[in-house]
Amino acid sequence: MADKIELTINGQLVTADKGMTILEAALSKGMYIPHLCHHRELEPVGACRLCLVEIDGKWKKTVISCKTEAKEGMVVQTETPEISEIRQATVELLIADHDVDCLACGQNTRCALQRVADHVGLNKKRLQRLKPPEKKLPIDDSNPFFNFDPNQCVLCGICVRTCDELQNVQAIDYAYRGLGTKIAGFGDKLRIESSCESCGECIVRCPVGALTEKDSPKPTHQVKTVCSFCGCGCGLLLGVRDNRIVSAQGNVNSPANKGRLCVKGRFGYKFVNHPDRLTSPLIKRNGEFVKADWDEALDLVTDTFSKNKGEKFAAIASAKATNEDNYILQKFTRAVMGTNNIDHCARL
Amino acid sequence: MIFSEIKKRAEAEWDQLQHSKELTLFIGAATCGRSAGALEAKKTFQDEFEKRGIRANIIEVGCLGPCWAEPLISIVKPGGPNIFYKNVTTERATELVEKFIVAGDPLPEYALGLVGDKGDYSIPVLWDMPNFKSQERVLFRNFGFIDPTNINHYIANDGYSGLNKALSMKPAELIEEIKTSGLRGRGGGGFSVGRKWEAGLAAKEKQKYVVCNADEGDPGAFMDRSVLEGEPHSVLEGMIIAGYTIGAQTGYIYVRAEYPLAVKRLQGAIQQAKDMGFLGENIMGSGFSFEILIFQGAGAFVCGESTALTLSIEGKRGMPKAAPRPRTTEVGLFDKPTLLNNVKTFSYIPQIINKGGAWLSGIGTKDSKGTAVFALTGMVNNCGLIEVPMGTTIREIIYDIGGGITDDKAFKAVQTGGPSGGCLPEEFLDTPVDYDSLTAAGSMMGSGGMVIMDETTCMVEVARYFLDFTQKESCGQCTLCKLGTKQMLNILEDIVAGKGRPEDIDTLFNIGKAVNTGSLCGLGQSAANPVLTTIKYFREEYEAHINDKICPAMQCKELLSYVINADTCIGCTACAKACPVEAITGEKKQVHVIDQAKCIRCGMCLEKCPKKIRAVECVPGRLNEGGK
Amino acid sequence: MAGLAASLGSGAMTNAISELGSASAILAIGTNTTATHPIVALQVKDAVRNGSKLIVANPKEIELCRFADVFLQHKPGTDVPLLMGMMRVIVEEGLHDKSFIESRCEDFNASEKSLAEFDLNTVEKITGVPQDKIIQAARIYATETPASIIYCMGITQHVQGTDNVLAISNLALLTGNIGKPSSGVNPLRGQNNVQGACDMGCLPNVYPGYQAVTSPEAKAKFESAWGVALSDTAGLTHTKIFDACYEGTIKALYLVGENPVLSEADASHAIEAMKKVDFLVVQDIFMTETAELADVVLPAVTFAEKDGTFTNTERRVQRVRKAIASVGDAKSDWWITCQLAKRLKGKGFDFSSSAEIMEEISTLTPSYKGITYTRLEKGSLQWPCPSEDHSGTPFLHAEKFGTDSGKGKFKPLTYRKSAEVTDSEYPILLTTDRSLYHYHSTMTRRVYGLNVLNNEELMNIHPEDASVLGIEDGQMVKVVSRRGEVEVKALVTENCPQGTVSMTFHFFETPTNVLTCCELDPVANTPTTKVCAVRIEGLNS
Repeated sequence: MADKIELTINGQLVTADKGMTILEAALSKGMYIPHLCHHRELEPVGACRLCLVEIDGKWKKTVISCKTEAKEGMVVQTETPEISEIRQATVELLIADHDVDCLACGQNTRCALQRVADHVGLNKKRLQRLKPPEKKLPIDDSNPFFNFDPNQCVLCGICVRTCDELQNVQAIDYAYRGLGTKIAGFGDKLRIESSCESCGECIVRCPVGALTEKDSPKPTHQVKTVCSFCGCGCGLLLGVRDNRIVSAQGNVNSPANKGRLCVKGRFGYKFVNHPDRLTSPLIKRNGEFVKADWDEALDLVTDTFSKNKGEKFAAIASAKATNEDNYILQKFTRAVMGTNNIDHCARL
Repeated sequence: MIFSEIKKRAEAEWDQLQHSKELTLFIGAATCGRSAGALEAKKTFQDEFEKRGIRANIIEVGCLGPCWAEPLISIVKPGGPNIFYKNVTTERATELVEKFIVAGDPLPEYALGLVGDKGDYSIPVLWDMPNFKSQERVLFRNFGFIDPTNINHYIANDGYSGLNKALSMKPAELIEEIKTSGLRGRGGGGFSVGRKWEAGLAAKEKQKYVVCNADEGDPGAFMDRSVLEGEPHSVLEGMIIAGYTIGAQTGYIYVRAEYPLAVKRLQGAIQQAKDMGFLGENIMGSGFSFEILIFQGAGAFVCGESTALTLSIEGKRGMPKAAPRPRTTEVGLFDKPTLLNNVKTFSYIPQIINKGGAWLSGIGTKDSKGTAVFALTGMVNNCGLIEVPMGTTIREIIYDIGGGITDDKAFKAVQTGGPSGGCLPEEFLDTPVDYDSLTAAGSMMGSGGMVIMDETTCMVEVARYFLDFTQKESCGQCTLCKLGTKQMLNILEDIVAGKGRPEDIDTLFNIGKAVNTGSLCGLGQSAANPVLTTIKYFREEYEAHINDKICPAMQCKELLSYVINADTCIGCTACAKACPVEAITGEKKQVHVIDQAKCIRCGMCLEKCPKKIRAVECVPGRLNEGGK
Repeated sequence: MAGLAASLGSGAMTNAISELGSASAILAIGTNTTATHPIVALQVKDAVRNGSKLIVANPKEIELCRFADVFLQHKPGTDVPLLMGMMRVIVEEGLHDKSFIESRCEDFNASEKSLAEFDLNTVEKITGVPQDKIIQAARIYATETPASIIYCMGITQHVQGTDNVLAISNLALLTGNIGKPSSGVNPLRGQNNVQGACDMGCLPNVYPGYQAVTSPEAKAKFESAWGVALSDTAGLTHTKIFDACYEGTIKALYLVGENPVLSEADASHAIEAMKKVDFLVVQDIFMTETAELADVVLPAVTFAEKDGTFTNTERRVQRVRKAIASVGDAKSDWWITCQLAKRLKGKGFDFSSSAEIMEEISTLTPSYKGITYTRLEKGSLQWPCPSEDHSGTPFLHAEKFGTDSGKGKFKPLTYRKSAEVTDSEYPILLTTDRSLYHYHSTMTRRVYGLNVLNNEELMNIHPEDASVLGIEDGQMVKVVSRRGEVEVKALVTENCPQGTVSMTFHFFETPTNVLTCCELDPVANTPTTKVCAVRIEGLNS
């Protein structure tokens, strides 16, 4: 068990693990402090300036709670008039700069900016005085799996840190300065021309609608399973809607991948519902495949196999199939066909 | 070679120059002098000397300070004083050769002043003149006198004596000496240098760095550049002493690539220091080794911030790290303990070690020791680089050193501390310049810019100008700085264009306060200062713009009109011909009229109207299209 | 696999993937980890971020080199001399773990003697790696503990594959870098369930759980469990099966979920074999290039349409769950095979669920004995899991090795040249490689976006070679080997060393494997797809 400390947040006694930040301590107890650039898996940078809190007593100071360690006996206020004013100005600045088209946005109802605005409240008159950006920036839809809309971006930098700290790919960073600052790949070329590996980890973490997956209807439910590409064996949550796979998410509880996925794991499921799937047995007659029903096909196969038992038969198993599939195939080869001529592509 | 030998040789060389049997010329050839034409003047002298068979030592030196007198060249005849000549154009150079060097007339009308034995010369002693008298040249003592590319000139003037002495002292003793001096960081923060070095020494890691911040980015500021160009060795010596004190092996100088001459001077100085054994392995037999590398910054203002600067050296994007974070002396460059100081701070160190901390603490005020260096610019007669004891009042600087306001106009405001400093009105003229007084007044010391504004300056426009700079230079990561400065700028642009709304002052104030309180780094936390101080001290100017649609300083084009006085106009058509948009009509010898709808308020008509007629007038407010 | 089984007693990864993140040093040899095992690569990169040292040994300058402290760019097929060179440095500098060798290993002396042939001058000459780099790598691996080795097909797909693996296990045993957390020998298994397919006995010489078919006890055990008499001779390996089809001794071939037309080395030979065999049944999810050759094609379901288990590269058995109903009339592989078995009067194929099959697996497979679906609902388990109260085994060989004696076996090795050598007609070596964006081809080539990201084969060639051959970036070239030829676009890149070109094999349009060599490693019968002599001819565009 981690060492515990106690602090007071908005008059409530809060127990937290030693080493937690004030923000983590509050969030762990379900107390909301507005934030955009914080992510539990990433190093805090304190860029959004929303999580300001006031510490009373001997540490008296206004600090950002995402980078300040919670200490025993600390007394924290999260909503003083001064902080509320700064926060309101911050949110209004963000909203004025944001392409507010929430109903059409992929992050609607899950958007961190919506939550912050809802919590902080806006001064509508002042908001109207602020000017929208002079021009809309083009959406980068060059990647086949996701879009980047800089007009929705709040520059929290979570995508940059994800790409660096978690993936070590460093495909994107801040570019330009001042109001022109944006997240971009090297040389501000299109994403498809950057060193992006399309793992999609940034999309998962984007708190707003700046990075969104293409063609991604919301699933009605998710099924916990395992990725079928390489030997890593990443835990997957497949999203299902109308008997089709519509999304894939890393399973954070899987020890193999702890929620992280590569491009194949996240987007490669799309072969499952491909129109070319084989949907019925086929028998070749006069050089052409003809659809057959299962009985017909199985009878034809068993008829031939029965004449070729022993060393005239061989089976090649699949390293893609399940253990159960493979167990049955080798049992079939050995116990029914009477031969050890079974192998698979382990060597390839 | 032991140091006393080195020094003896250097002194011999220096002495020889001082007692040269030949004519000696010192060309003020820092970047400022060069852009004023110093090298052209130098060429003229060389050509003339060749033509006339005159032998002379011609030495390029750093900047003496008075920009208004550039190109500045001093001439020493054998046995004579060092006479400084101002504004030496090529014509003047030729004249000086003919009349002074050859014929013996010292041309006092071209002289700024002289240093040395006055003799019979009717030229004032430089240091007795009003704009030098109030100065105290500590950092500048050698500027304009020694050749920055000759290490022996520096050594002969006590250079590297500080290092020689330091190497025989213990780090703790050195820190004690610096603490005694009371020196505070000259980058703007004003943190105690002794305490910072102490923290650097206390850091437990083996690998440590010393970093010199030469990323001088404030518009109009060039103090650091002058130090690097005028006496680069003083910075190197300060850094080597710092490295020895805290136990660092490597030093970096982060200098803007826009300072090519400074970079060249530094490169040369580093090589010479290596050759002399002041840099490299086992420095002067002490067992201490130190190297200095130059890193050229790409011109981002924010990289002057310490954490952004170290990231930039690491090859990353320079963006400040948010507090709370470990101090740079604990986790700095490459995550190692790093002692980061400004150019000027390092430059003080050799003299402090040489003369003892008590010497510097004898200069200045109780809490701000030593001298303050300013780039004095704006509406003042004598612009330039000045060095005064801390505690000198703003009034003394403007009226004694600066020679008063240009054209005898009225003083309106002074802005210190760079683009994020504050604008102080007349009632603060007697504020002493030191860290705490300026901060208390709502401005700051910063790295040393001082802009003087007169009655023709529009304070709303000033705020707009500085906001435009800071918003462009925001690193972009922190919401308040990036977006807040831009929205404030939008509102200020509206106000100067006559589109301000009554509630705008409050909105500016609220956003400005949020930006200053909530931003991530020092740049953001002071970005709103020009707005907040001008609202505080010049609120009536904002109100005039917003409510009366008038710019009292008559600067905002959208808030003034040009009219032709029917009583005085003689119909000369000069204005109509000059008007680029054909807004002026009228027959020859008839009264002309300006069509206010067409007028773009460029002011050409006013300029072209004959001075003795003065029929075109500029009036406050925007006349409507009817003309009245 | 055969190599590790002989020296350590198990051919699987000795450690868990997550342990790599805590290793102090990692040697990645013959693995382009970021492309083939991206999530394992994340652990390697995390380790480097946390201060670990990384040694990359690879003929190509792969992405992982960006993070490496030492990059050993050895010539293809020279892994044994490289590793033996490192060992020689370790022994000469006394950095080996003498007490570990004494207490946990055997046959060290013979192995030590075999180092004599590998003085660094010789090693440098053979491998092309400067001596100081070999010394640096050896010191890092021997002194930064715990150290892990990861390797992949770059080690095994060689004529010397087994020797390569033995050299790796020698190196680990020499420094005691095995049998501890974050410390071991880790073959990264390619396919999602290649480990499981091996565990399940889809190998010609062993029953499930690596019980030899030639062992009378094992045979008796399975005969009694399955109620039939079983063959006691080992069957044919994958490559030999195709030879037998080609020669006509095998008449009926049942191919489940494989596409040898693209994936088999010397693919032309495999295609001929499949054309010759009397009766070919292919069971797959798409009409693959191989299925086109079949007499009967049986439609199988994908992983998303079935229940079961996969065993990943770290021996982790995990539940696969049915997410959607079968597409069309496709069926689970096990269901189809059971139908065939029942029609052929096979006993013991009356399963109604994959869970029932797992019950039978666990009774017959000691390492899976404690694994049940009920337990897997709560979380995955790493074998060996010998009983229901055993929590699984994250790392192997903690107390003793799986060999008969319980000791780690050193093996003496000598350098054997690749069977495929270059000559004046075929002067360049071709090595095969993989793309991050594809896994073989059947599935990923049918994902639109993955084909946008990587839509064609590109032959990587060093600028010097390209210039000598007059080949420009993006130009079409013909690659000819002793077995076949393909046309492909050239990518001029310094990632590829001089004298070597590389290609992937994901594209049916460019069937790289018609070029590769089917020469087998004598022990493991793994084909030599990593080395193949070719010549390159520029084509006019």
